[in-house]
Amino acid sequence: MFSISSEKIMARNLQDSLNNPKAGALVTFEGWVRNLNEGKEVQFLEYEVYPALANKEGQRILEEAQEKFDILGLVCVHRSGGLKVGEMAVWVGVTSVHRGPAFEACQYIIDEVKARVPIWKKEHYVSGDSGWVECHHCAQHVH
Amino acid sequence: MTSEIHIQYFAILRDERGCSEETLSTEAKNAAELYEELQKEHGFRLSQQDLKVAINDEFTSWQTPLQTKDKVVFIPPVTGG
Repeated sequence: MFSISSEKIMARNLQDSLNNPKAGALVTFEGWVRNLNEGKEVQFLEYEVYPALANKEGQRILEEAQEKFDILGLVCVHRSGGLKVGEMAVWVGVTSVHRGPAFEACQYIIDEVKARVPIWKKEHYVSGDSGWVECHHCAQHVH
Repeated sequence: MTSEIHIQYFAILRDERGCSEETLSTEAKNAAELYEELQKEHGFRLSQQDLKVAINDEFTSWQTPLQTKDKVVFIPPVTGG
């Protein structure tokens, strides 16, 4: 299940939602807001989301992961709105019988979410400036 | 032929346009022509090659013919995660 949340991400609850007696592994990824980007000191940031398409594309990525890897359950939540340094921006959790597929699927999901889901990050710097983060890798990413 | 198109703007395009949505009448036959028209008018810095386009909340080709009441979104390079 993919979703966008305007509230703080509660990782523990998401993890509990993946409980499954068949699972021998849970792999999670947390993306956090860091205080430095390209040499500039970040105070807080904002995520702007195109909700209708973000939800569809996020869900498609999870369906692809389900097809590609031998996994049991999967969840991804991405924040919208304002976040402070240290807050969680994105959470991915994948369960599988053995650890291999869960690691691979988790990596696949976060890579695809970053490349494809219509979400934009605006950084507000300690200096008072702000700016939309430019994407350096997307020119190479082919749909 | 003129069609009535609803446009939603996000991120840098919203800042550059100064609003998050508008409805306008256009002679543009497809999204590529529409973006060209809007870029001329508002001086958007991103070129069409930098963007993707969605019509009615689905990614589509720049050449898809526009129809009255279509909702068009130009999608700047995404930076989530």
